[in-house]
Amino acid sequence: MDRVNVHFEDVQEGDEITDWPTVDNISRSHFVRYAGASGDFNPMHHDDTVATKVGYPSVFGHGMFTAGVLSHYVTDWVGVGNLRKYAVRFKGQLYPGRNLTITAKVMRKYKEGDENRIDADLSVVDDQGTVLVTGSATAALPSRG
Amino acid sequence: MVDKSIIGTEMGGSSMVVERGKIREFAKAILDDNPAYETEDPPAPPTFTMAMAHWPAPSGGQGASLSKLGLDLLRVLHAGQEYEYLGEIKVGDKLSTRSKISDLTEKEGKRGGTMTFITSETTFTNQRGEDVLIARTILVQTSKAAS
Repeated sequence: MDRVNVHFEDVQEGDEITDWPTVDNISRSHFVRYAGASGDFNPMHHDDTVATKVGYPSVFGHGMFTAGVLSHYVTDWVGVGNLRKYAVRFKGQLYPGRNLTITAKVMRKYKEGDENRIDADLSVVDDQGTVLVTGSATAALPSRG
Repeated sequence: MVDKSIIGTEMGGSSMVVERGKIREFAKAILDDNPAYETEDPPAPPTFTMAMAHWPAPSGGQGASLSKLGLDLLRVLHAGQEYEYLGEIKVGDKLSTRSKISDLTEKEGKRGGTMTFITSETTFTNQRGEDVLIARTILVQTSKAAS
């Protein structure tokens, strides 16, 4: 996706970003790779035997995997290094085979010290309409001036 | 029931050297193909320090563990995560952490029973003594075993 970071002047309160590319065909391999990278080997995320035994239909992704994917859309938008705060809440499980739609909405645009900041609300929804993650981000944006 | 008096309890810490290969591996795992992560001096992805969260505390593990605080780990889920970025994290940095329980609230669950939200706050300090990151992990303990 485009990595042309946004400028403060280009952003207005209420702006919604709904045209980011979806993340398609989430698979067990995604969860296994995230387990390796993060060190989180909770078997619920890679062992179907364990996950189904406690009543889940299959393994499901780490909340922080989805939060990580979401964070990369945010840094592609605002620029790595410009993020000041990032928060997520886990609302639903991500199952293999699902596709993810990631959106953002600018809630506030303001000055803080000498920084031009925005606050945005974030969400990750799967192709069944289940909300998986909600979140918020605060970023300091460069100015064109 | 978890006692509110656990707020402020120190949870001990750990340390980690920020490695270029680990950053690249982590970026790949979150499907981030930003070429910045392929450079000699990559930035750390926003949630990179999760790679540190699962490392055991140094031998002896000073401080209380969650189970010692009265939490039943079988009923505990990760409800949320928050970060405040205070400074840069660079390859080669040695980060040390210190953690404490910073909040505890109770809420009635939709299906009955009490849900207890526990926030553990971790401060990451680099080798120059600068605080570079505050991470908060919000855990929820349901009143019945999760099923």
